[in-house]
Amino acid sequence: MTNKVLNTTELPFCPGCGHHLIAKNTAKAIEELNYNILDIIFVTDIGCHGIIDKTLNTHTVHGLHGRSVALGAGISMGLHNNQKKKVIVFLGDGGATIGLQHILEAARLNVDMTVIVHNNFLYGMTGGQLSGLTPKGFNTIISLNGNPFEPHDIIKLVNSAGANYCSRILGIGDFSATIKKALSTKGFSLIEVMEICPSYGVKYNPKKKLQEIVESAGFKLVEYTNNREPFSFSHYETVTNLFDKVKTIIPTTYNTTLNEQIQIVLSGSAGEGIQSAASILCRAAMLQGYNVTQKGTYPVTVGVGFSNAEVNISPYEIFYHGLYHPKYLIVTSIDGLEFSKNTIKNLPESSTLLIDDSLELPETKAKVIKISARKKGEKNAILVGLIYFSKLFNVVSIENLLKILKEDVKTFEKLPVDDVIKEIEKIKE
Amino acid sequence: METKQIKLIDDSRVIIEALARAGADVYIGYPITPANLLYFYASQRFKYMLPAPDEISTMQYMSGMALTGHLPVTATSFPGLALMVESINMAYMMELPMVIVLSQRLGPATGTATGGAQGDILLLNGIISGGHPLPVFCPADILDCWILSAKALEFAYNCRTPVVILTSKERTMTSRSFDISTLPEIKPIEKKFTINPNKEYLPYEYTENLVPPFLPITQNTHQVRITASTHDQKGIIQHTSPEAMQNTIRLEKKIRTHIKNFVYFEHKKNNSNILVISYGISANAAQEAMRISNNKFDLLIVKTLLPVVNEIYEIIDNYTTIIVAEDNINAQYAKILFGDRLLPKVKTVGAIGKMLSPDDILKTLNNDK
Repeated sequence: MTNKVLNTTELPFCPGCGHHLIAKNTAKAIEELNYNILDIIFVTDIGCHGIIDKTLNTHTVHGLHGRSVALGAGISMGLHNNQKKKVIVFLGDGGATIGLQHILEAARLNVDMTVIVHNNFLYGMTGGQLSGLTPKGFNTIISLNGNPFEPHDIIKLVNSAGANYCSRILGIGDFSATIKKALSTKGFSLIEVMEICPSYGVKYNPKKKLQEIVESAGFKLVEYTNNREPFSFSHYETVTNLFDKVKTIIPTTYNTTLNEQIQIVLSGSAGEGIQSAASILCRAAMLQGYNVTQKGTYPVTVGVGFSNAEVNISPYEIFYHGLYHPKYLIVTSIDGLEFSKNTIKNLPESSTLLIDDSLELPETKAKVIKISARKKGEKNAILVGLIYFSKLFNVVSIENLLKILKEDVKTFEKLPVDDVIKEIEKIKE
Repeated sequence: METKQIKLIDDSRVIIEALARAGADVYIGYPITPANLLYFYASQRFKYMLPAPDEISTMQYMSGMALTGHLPVTATSFPGLALMVESINMAYMMELPMVIVLSQRLGPATGTATGGAQGDILLLNGIISGGHPLPVFCPADILDCWILSAKALEFAYNCRTPVVILTSKERTMTSRSFDISTLPEIKPIEKKFTINPNKEYLPYEYTENLVPPFLPITQNTHQVRITASTHDQKGIIQHTSPEAMQNTIRLEKKIRTHIKNFVYFEHKKNNSNILVISYGISANAAQEAMRISNNKFDLLIVKTLLPVVNEIYEIIDNYTTIIVAEDNINAQYAKILFGDRLLPKVKTVGAIGKMLSPDDILKTLNNDK
């Protein structure tokens, strides 16, 4: 196997292009560091530099415009800190502009890789337009009177993002020592190599020297380091079976009086345990051998406003879990009432509305039962509603409901179950 | 007898567990409603899990991980998918295995994050530039989530391609009682990276099965060249050379050939001349409509959604009336099956802002009569 990075001395770039020097200096650095050639993974972006691929003896990956650093980061992550390997990303100033966030993220995560930005001050492949790294005042085909915008200082950016090594250099002569420094860095490293595109840069900026352009734009040839741990996957505490995290319900009673699918809606306020109560109701029903579904609806701001839960209970397999007309609707707060207004209005006579006695009764054809829920505390209101529902209609037995409540509700002892049951007995009388 | 294990679970949990058991080993994602549960469960289940800063990075990290021999997974909804489009094309062209779970929500744009819909089917049907097919599997119940997730990963691995599991808010965020002891065993994919040692390795050289043998770039014995640009068998960029064009054409053929071994549908026959076609969440409404109407129609639940397989048309040809039921207002799957100008025998029923109901389907059925 060859130990040469390049398979030719004839590189596919325009005469005078700085990309020649970057390729040759990078090859020299790799060879002097004695890497196995196939332990190097070159990732190239879209741009003139990207046509280097075919001249490389290393692994090569050629992706999308601007995404090469993210792609290279993914490769490096998959190598799991194998110190024999190195991911090197080549991209231009255009790729660095469109993919700036990827560069900052890779620096923030300190992914073990080396990025070499070929900053020739413009987009060479598309006719010489300016990029986010073009020096202010530099002429391009779309800024003949000079780039009016300040460029990003990518070295300062990646340094502040946490790169372990970064450096800006002129693309002149032998700069392989700088590339060796970057390659020897464990963690994220980036070199910005300044060059002038011989086709479009020279054409619109005749007689200007590279150093003069860089200096007049205020760019400093600097080198920064950080000393941070390179990226590795955090070892989250994982489980080997997600089903183990959900309790198994073993049906204990099959005294099912239900002969059809019914829907129960719980309507209340966010933070008052509506969704948890729906889950309790479901599992109590499952104890009786019923099939259930549970669906929640709430605004995107989950801590405020309404919270609504739709529960289906059926002796048969449930196919459709959408809402028709709930057989039972339990409303425990003004938010819930507001949200369910239309549903309540359209409830048929066969439905029952259980509504907290503090709420104004809306117009409805349904049978109405006022319940004393909120007086037992906002957090208890919906649980009290469930006890009412169980005792009055026996779809789920009170024994099964209390069993799940005891398992689930940490403050179960504070729930005035006996008082509620006495109140319900009075209603029944 | 197997002891029942009845649990209150949602599809998100089942999909993630199935993918993990099938051999997916990396989850990279960006949180988005209604795919958040998938993300959360993945954080509990996957050894390698990474929160990406956006969905483009997600796909790029996944692609990088795939190049090193991992089998990555993500989950998203339309706004995330929109950002992923170019990178999905990249992975498709590079021929990288991965699974994208798409939980649909109500659009356009950000639409209603917590509103269900089936509005992304047309987008998926044309998501690869050039019109190449992207495989899409669509579960309609928990058993489907289990089996199709494993099959989606198997297809992704076998064919070196991104694969989509298409679901929707109403399934990924709804819990239901289910006896998990009824789920069949999932055997993990045995990853094999083997090549002919006596021959030069060309990353896009293929034989009659149209899938080039994959070698991860973690090995250092054979050079691997991977590219998203038009390329020859060596992975060298080409303009439109005959070899490169053959390669691009092969990508299409590869999916259409191998999907034949991954055909999933459910055909419920009641000797009717009316066939309701549905998929995913709207298939549930169709199942209920069938129960309510005492089996007044036949039902075809399509699970290998894209590319459309011949078996679907063979069934359709036997009916005088077709009703396509889906949770959108523009008959997206009907248009994929029959084109913009629907045949007179094809009716459609849809919904927006609410779940398509059994009544909606039955009304269409009765109007047709």
